[in-house]
Parts: sequence; structure tokens; C-alpha cells
Amino acid sequence: MNVLVALVSILFLVTPAAAAWEPTKPIEFVVPAGTGGGADQMARLIHGIAEKHKLSPRPIVVVNKSGGAGAEGFLHVKGKKGDAHTIIITLSNLFTTPLHTGVPFNWKDLTPVARLALDQFILWVNAETPYKTAKEYAAAVKEKSGQFKMGGTGSAQEDQIITIQLEQALGVKFTYVPFKGGGEVCVNLVGKHVDSTVNNPIECASHWKAGRVRPLAVFDTGRIPEPDWKDIPTVKDALGADISYNMLRGIFGPPDMPKEAVEWYVAFLKKVYDTPEFKEYLSKGALKPAFATGAEYVKWVEGAEQLHKDLMTKGGLLKK
Amino acid sequence: MGFENLFLGFQVALSPFNIFIAVVGIALGTIIGVLPGLGGANGVAILLPLTFTMPPTSAIILLTSIYWGALFGGAITSVLFNIPGEPWSVATTFDGYPMAKQGQGGQALTAAFTSSFVGAWFSIVLITFFAPVLAEIALKFGPPEFFAIQLLTFSSFVGLGGGNPLKSLVSILFGFMLASVGLDIVTGQLRLTFGFVDLMKGFNFIVAVIGLFGVGEILLSVEEGLRFQGARAGMNTRVVLDTWKILPRYYRTFVRGSFIGFWMGFKPGGATPASFMSYAFAKRFSRHPERFGKGEIEGIVAPETAAHSAGVAAMLPMITLGIPGSPTAAVMLGGLIIWGLQPGPMLFKEQPEFVWGLIASMYTGNVIGVLMVLACVPFFAAILRIPFAILTPVIVVVCAIGAYAVNNAMIDVWYMLIFGVVGYVFKKLDYPLAPLVLALVLGDLAENALRQSLIMSQGSLGIFFTRPIAAVITALAIFFFVLPLVTPWWRTRRGAAATAATPRGH
Repeated sequence: MNVLVALVSILFLVTPAAAAWEPTKPIEFVVPAGTGGGADQMARLIHGIAEKHKLSPRPIVVVNKSGGAGAEGFLHVKGKKGDAHTIIITLSNLFTTPLHTGVPFNWKDLTPVARLALDQFILWVNAETPYKTAKEYAAAVKEKSGQFKMGGTGSAQEDQIITIQLEQALGVKFTYVPFKGGGEVCVNLVGKHVDSTVNNPIECASHWKAGRVRPLAVFDTGRIPEPDWKDIPTVKDALGADISYNMLRGIFGPPDMPKEAVEWYVAFLKKVYDTPEFKEYLSKGALKPAFATGAEYVKWVEGAEQLHKDLMTKGGLLKK
Repeated sequence: MGFENLFLGFQVALSPFNIFIAVVGIALGTIIGVLPGLGGANGVAILLPLTFTMPPTSAIILLTSIYWGALFGGAITSVLFNIPGEPWSVATTFDGYPMAKQGQGGQALTAAFTSSFVGAWFSIVLITFFAPVLAEIALKFGPPEFFAIQLLTFSSFVGLGGGNPLKSLVSILFGFMLASVGLDIVTGQLRLTFGFVDLMKGFNFIVAVIGLFGVGEILLSVEEGLRFQGARAGMNTRVVLDTWKILPRYYRTFVRGSFIGFWMGFKPGGATPASFMSYAFAKRFSRHPERFGKGEIEGIVAPETAAHSAGVAAMLPMITLGIPGSPTAAVMLGGLIIWGLQPGPMLFKEQPEFVWGLIASMYTGNVIGVLMVLACVPFFAAILRIPFAILTPVIVVVCAIGAYAVNNAMIDVWYMLIFGVVGYVFKKLDYPLAPLVLALVLGDLAENALRQSLIMSQGSLGIFFTRPIAAVITALAIFFFVLPLVTPWWRTRRGAAATAATPRGH
């Protein structure tokens, strides 16, 4: 299929030299995570929206490069210096993977394009447990410190970082059990194989509606404004612990991506962002709409990198 | 639940547009299944964006039809060229390829497709009537239960090789070693990558299998000047009906394979171990275990029934719990969210038309699928009439494309060639390949489940014996581990007694 696309694009190479830059061959859209996860879903949604509304003159090819907790994908893009036809969607592993594994890459190697959304985290327990509030649950964990199992995605990634923050704020200890994906984590909570999780809203939403799990608190500075979610208190209100953590859903390009190309991608992503399909996806998944580009995006990423460094240092998760 | 729901589903699934979609999907899926490397998950992911303009039910019918097609198609290259098109058809090569070499390719393919169909229907019927109950049982399976199942798969294979046990051990350890390359999910650290980026993603199972079986076999054939005897088989269009006359004999294998497939299919990666376990049990319970591996039709029935049964069962956790039972289901799940549906336990209540349309389309899709592939059996079998000198280069190219397609990476083509040499050397030195493959595909899953369990129990192995489901499965696994040690002793004892009673007995 790729060969065909390449042939077609050669045929169309004789495009007039217009003022604005446009892709002249298929765009490789790298996902530094496996198929089916949150980042993969968003990449494929962007691909689908682009096809449906004909937003790109050239096709987009989504490629998963999940090896080494995403290092494979990041190094692949890092190696494509100056390329205008490769972009990558990022999640928190942009920060956590190099810090924990020592694989040589940093977001500064890449060209920031746009931030699309921020994902929330919620403390969940099984609905059959007696803990109605975060306070009750925290008290129970305190009593039997170390006995409670916290399930999460991967190791030394966002879920474990939040768990460690919670431990340090409350002065308790959890037994952290790593799983491969967020959906699996929530099902293990429903099946009572773990006592609590810090799943993203969308990963547990359906089980919550079915009455199997209970949200206790949001790890953010404010409540989620969506009608279904607005009754869940923040961790600060519920426990007095000031823990907030958002996960980046943003787009980067290779090092030294041409400026005109960056401008095209920014405009393209803005068009995608403004479609009703994308809006609905954000609202359903309780993702925070957070479109940002240029200096605003860079500033946010700088802040996030510092935060991860601090949190992972405190949690003892840095590469030794 | 009731028949009116299923009836509603059939109304959706049998609309002309949806039948058309199913036919297109199965045709595409069969091609995807035939091309090793381009698995169901990749095929579904590539076509996913095309579905955004369709109604969700038609979209899921297209994607599931591709999946059914891939399940059927995986057997074709296994039988004809000893190259498993999909991971779950590795066990199909053990007897399918020898049959093809003996000029019985048509029979082997008919047996494979028919078994797939039987396995699939078994699972669909169970899902139709018991989905909510089965979902509750699936929830009881945590890491300890999952590990117990992996242990059972290994144990069912112990002592089956019949060859040198030390060589089997070497093969299995080599597989475990390869499986541990890449990211360790429990600590989040990289293992055995020696700083090479290409080693970070580990060794892909399908690339290894294409090399070990496909390329290895070609090297062997070239050396031995072996020729396919497919030409002699001729183009018998009655081959399907003739094979159907034999198949009912193996009803026990069909039932066992369906059950194994269904129970294994719940969990991610279930279809492949299910096919291995089903093969192992078929051989164990057969009156002629010595015929296995030499072209025994039962050796095709067992893995194919289980694989397709598991492939369907993988859909159950997807529609009832919102977790994928297979990588392909994971991509479909992403599709659900993009179509504006929320996967999970509420899907049955909120979107009955979608869920029942999907279930009904499983029935229709598999009927359409089996008819399409069976109609092509004489054509597939005729491929072997092509001279070896022309066919071999084509196979090598197809293998290379397949290996490349797994990750769009050239390095995988090199891995495939290296594995080809390994496969050749293994065969020359009479080391069995099956334990290596089994360890490679299950090593990672089993290791994760074991370590998750031990984290949960704070290091105590007791967790595998105190939880009822895990305890039963672990006990069963231990039984099968011990069996090969006990059997010789038991045989000599019984043999001695029998000789005493009737001197002519043996």
C-alpha cells in the first residue's frame, strides 16, 4: 500500500510552487505506544477526520513504534532531522522514558507543533468496597499500610508517579502492580484483583456507569466541567493533598523541521481540533481541551519536564 | 436477553449493504491472513479510518469480517508452504505441511477451514446465550489465574516431543531468552538491548516464525532437492466433500478444541496458546500419537478449532467489559470510541442494535467466510503444481514483505533471515522448533503474569494455590508435568501385571 501511495505522489509531484508549504508526499504519523491505547486512538481519530473532511492533500500513515516504552518512536523521529513529512504524538513517556531508562532523547531534540488536549487522572475504588470518600479510603490504607494494591499502567510512568505522590502526601504505602494497558487495569479493579487505580476517566467510564467502580477524587486543580463528572471532588478538597497531574496529548515534529511545514501542521491540527468529531471525542473521554502552539506550548512542556524530574527524583525513579 | 434481540441483530446483519460489507471484509481479511506479518491487527488498523463515514454497525461488521478472513486465511500458507500466516496457525503447520507434501493439500485445507468454522460457531453460540454470565467469570481471572493457564499450556507440551528431552529444554530456554529482550514492564527498564535501538522492541514472534519455519524449510528443501508432490494430487473438486466424510470421526477433538479455545480466548494472546494446547491434548489422547507430525488430519483439526474458537471468544471481553481479548480487538475497541460508542458493560443496554448486529454478523460472517474459502480450496491446492524453482523465490519475497510489514522496519527482514538459518541448523541437528516458538510467544505473557502475582502476594507462591480457580488450573498443570515421569513407571507395572496374566500380551 505504501508503494502505491508513493507512486501516486510521484505522479503528482509537479505541483505549482505556491507561496504556502504543503505536504508533497504521505505524512508518517508516529505513535510511540501500542495499538488501541489512548495515544493510538487519538492519532487514528486525527487520521480519520483528515480523510473525512479532506484536510490534507496527502494521505497520513499511522505507524506504531512502541518499543522500549516509546523510545523506539522518539529515536526514529529524532533521526529524521529536517524532515517535513513526519510527526509524532506524545504522551507522558516523552519525559518519563528518558529519565527512567537513560535512552538518549529529550523533547528539546524535537520541534514542538501543537498541544491538543490534557488527560485527567482519577482515584477509583471498586463499588462494592465501603469507601464512599477519598478520606475513608485513605484512613483504611493508613491503618494497613502496604497491604493495599494500586494497579496502574506500566512502571515508572504516570500512574506510578501519581501513586508515589499520593503515598508521600498521605504518609502511606501502596503495593504498586503494573499492567500493560489502562483498560486492563480497570477490569482488574472490577475483578477485585487490585484495591484502587488512578485510571484516566475514559478507561473506567463505562464500568462506572454500570455501577462497578467508584470515583473518589480528581488529580487536578479544578473539577472536570463535564456534566457527568462535575460531582467528583478534587484531591485537594477531598484529602487536603495538593496533587495535580495532567497527561500531554500533543504533537511534535523532527529536529529542525522547516518553519513553513510547522505552520502548515499547526493550521491542519487546528482544523482537526475544531471539527465536531474531535470535540465530541474530548467531551466523551473527559479530556481537557487545550489547544496551544508556539511559545505557549514550549513553556508548558518546559514546566512539565521540570515537574517530572522533581516527581521522579522524589519517587526514586530516575535512572541510576 | 432473548430471541427478539438476536432477531433484531439478524435484521441488521442481513441487510444487503451489510452482507456486501462482510464479503468485501472477508476477501480482504483472507489476503491479509495469507500474507504472513500483515496480521489481523495491522489490517484492521489500516482500514479503520475508512469506517468513519459508515454507520457503526456496518463499520464493526467490516472490521470483524476482516478478522474472520484473517483467521481462515492464516491456515493457507501454513499448510501449503510451512509458513504460518498468523501466530495461531503455527501448530497447523505440524501436520498440515506434511499432508501437502504428500499431495493431500486439498484435504488439509478443507479440514482446517471446516474446523475453524466449527470452533467459531461453538464460541458464537456461547456468546449469544451466556455473554453476561461469561463476562462475570472472565472478571475472576486476574494475574494468578492467567499465569496458571500459561503453566498449563507449557505442561501440556512436556514430554510430547518424543525426542531428546535435553534438546527440548535447550530449545525452550533459547525461546525464553529471546522473549526477554526489550522492555521489562514490571521495572520499566530495558533488558538485553546492549544499547541497540533495534533491539528495544524485542523479537517479534511472527518474524521469528516466518524465519524459523518458512525460510528454514526452504533452505532445507534446496539442500535436499525435495520436490512437492502436489502436482500428482490433481485438481479434484470433490476434495471438500470427500474430506467431510472423514471429519466426523474426530468429533471429540472438535469438542475439546472448541472448549480449550473458548476458555483461553478470554485473555489477550489467547488464540495462540489455545491452538498449541489443543494440539498437545489431541496427540496425548490419540490412539495413534506416533502419526502426529507426519500428516495426521486430526493434527489440523485440533489447533484450527481452538484458534478460531479463541478468536471469537476474544470478542467477548471487548463487548462486555471494554477490554480487548486480542491485539485486533484492541484496534476495534479504539474504533468503537471513534464511532462515538463507549465500550464496556453498558454497551449491551445502550446500543442493543449495535451489539446484537455484531453478534448476528458473527454467524453470517463465518458462514460467508467458510463458503468463500472452501470454494477456493482446489485453487489453493493447485498453487503447489507450480514448479518449485518458480514458487520458492516467490515465497521468499512474500516472507520478506510479511516480515517488513510487521513494523515497517527493514531490520525485521534481516531478523527473518537469521531466524531462517537458526531454523535450518535446528532441524539439521534435530532440535525441536515447537518449544522455542511456544516459549517465545508465551514467555513474555507468563513472566508478566507471574511477577504481577508475586507483587500482589508480596512474594508468596501460595497465591497460586489459595485462589480457587488458580488452584485448580495449577494442580492440573502440575499433573501434566508429572505425567511423563509417572507414565513409564505405570506402564512397566501394568505391563508386568499383564504379562503375568497373559504371556502373549504386549
